[in-house]
Amino acid sequence: MTDTATATDARPPKHVVYCGVCTLPPEYCEYGGTTKKCSEWLVANHPDLHSHLYSEDAATKGMSNLSLDAQKRAEKDAQKKAAKAEAAEAREKTQRAASKVYIKRVERNKRKYVTEVSGLEAFGLDLKKIAKEFGKKFATGSSVTKNAGGTGDEITVQGDVSDDIFDWLQEHHAEVPEDNIELIEDKKKKASAGP
Amino acid sequence: MFKKEFVPGSRSKVKSSAQRAIRAKVLETYPKLEPHLDDILPKKEQLDLLKIPDRVSLYCLGGEPLFWQHMDDPVMPHLKVIHKYPWAFPRIRIDRGAIRFVLSGATLMVPGLTSPGGRLPGDEEAGDGYGNGGKELEAGEVVVVEAEGKETACMVGVLKMGTQEMEEKKKGPGIENGHYVGDGLWKLDLN
Ligand SMILES: [Zn+2]
Repeated sequence: MTDTATATDARPPKHVVYCGVCTLPPEYCEYGGTTKKCSEWLVANHPDLHSHLYSEDAATKGMSNLSLDAQKRAEKDAQKKAAKAEAAEAREKTQRAASKVYIKRVERNKRKYVTEVSGLEAFGLDLKKIAKEFGKKFATGSSVTKNAGGTGDEITVQGDVSDDIFDWLQEHHAEVPEDNIELIEDKKKKASAGP
Repeated sequence: MFKKEFVPGSRSKVKSSAQRAIRAKVLETYPKLEPHLDDILPKKEQLDLLKIPDRVSLYCLGGEPLFWQHMDDPVMPHLKVIHKYPWAFPRIRIDRGAIRFVLSGATLMVPGLTSPGGRLPGDEEAGDGYGNGGKELEAGEVVVVEAEGKETACMVGVLKMGTQEMEEKKKGPGIENGHYVGDGLWKLDLN
């Protein structure tokens, strides 16, 4: 601590490094739950700061003012947070890999179609925003609706724009892999793979 | 105050007269910022006003948030401003054990300040950094909260209780609804 510092008028501003992972000053990374990643970032970008903050010595010194009980609690807490963050990340990854986006052409009346797009939310996309984009892009009605089972939301676009939506997704949202998109044509009401 | 992340509302330019008024307010609230004010709020540059949730006005320069104000409460500095000029603000310090609570958005409780790791202006050990020139701080004053063993501030907020009263009571809430590192305001990305 610079407790003894005295203010002079022309004192230049302090430059504080911020963590490239969790955005906090690195000395607070331990509270964020991404400590492992933060530490790796700091080693790569500010090795001197890393050795200062993560040394055995700093760790023991930092804890010395806590009771043994509180130390254990803090340690457990940090571990739990880190484990939680890691698990959430892994879960999201596998979930995404397994997630499908269905673009389904549905016949409403004779030769009138609507296109239902479901599953985009699994890739972190905002359905409302996407629906609006579809509306503008294809100059047609497009809205977020409840799906048939009432288990979630999907986007309903007026007209048969399945292929256009497929192309648009490829172009603008590479985070949805081509293999995860399935086009469905629902002519008669036969059982389909869609949800 | 900013426990949740949020999306900013409308953005508008601040008129030069209003800009002068904000400078004056900042100076009045933080007189020690005076030598740095031209660097923080250059007279010729255009300030923007951003409306953010809970009736908070956020003043920004380009993509950088500088000060915020909740209705008619005191003008508050963004923590990145504090990190640049920590000596320009009255400061107190929490003990290490309180850090994780503050960083999760909990109310800062007085024991975190009166314990051996904490620092208040009335402490004998407070030193120059936390001594506030020997003056106690009153309820309603804006303080910067630093943390034991850390160099950068973790929160800024308004005192619920004067520091003298804190030392006498040693319990109760010290600061509610502060702005802390990692909160919604901290994470707000204007670029
Ligand atoms: Zn970090």
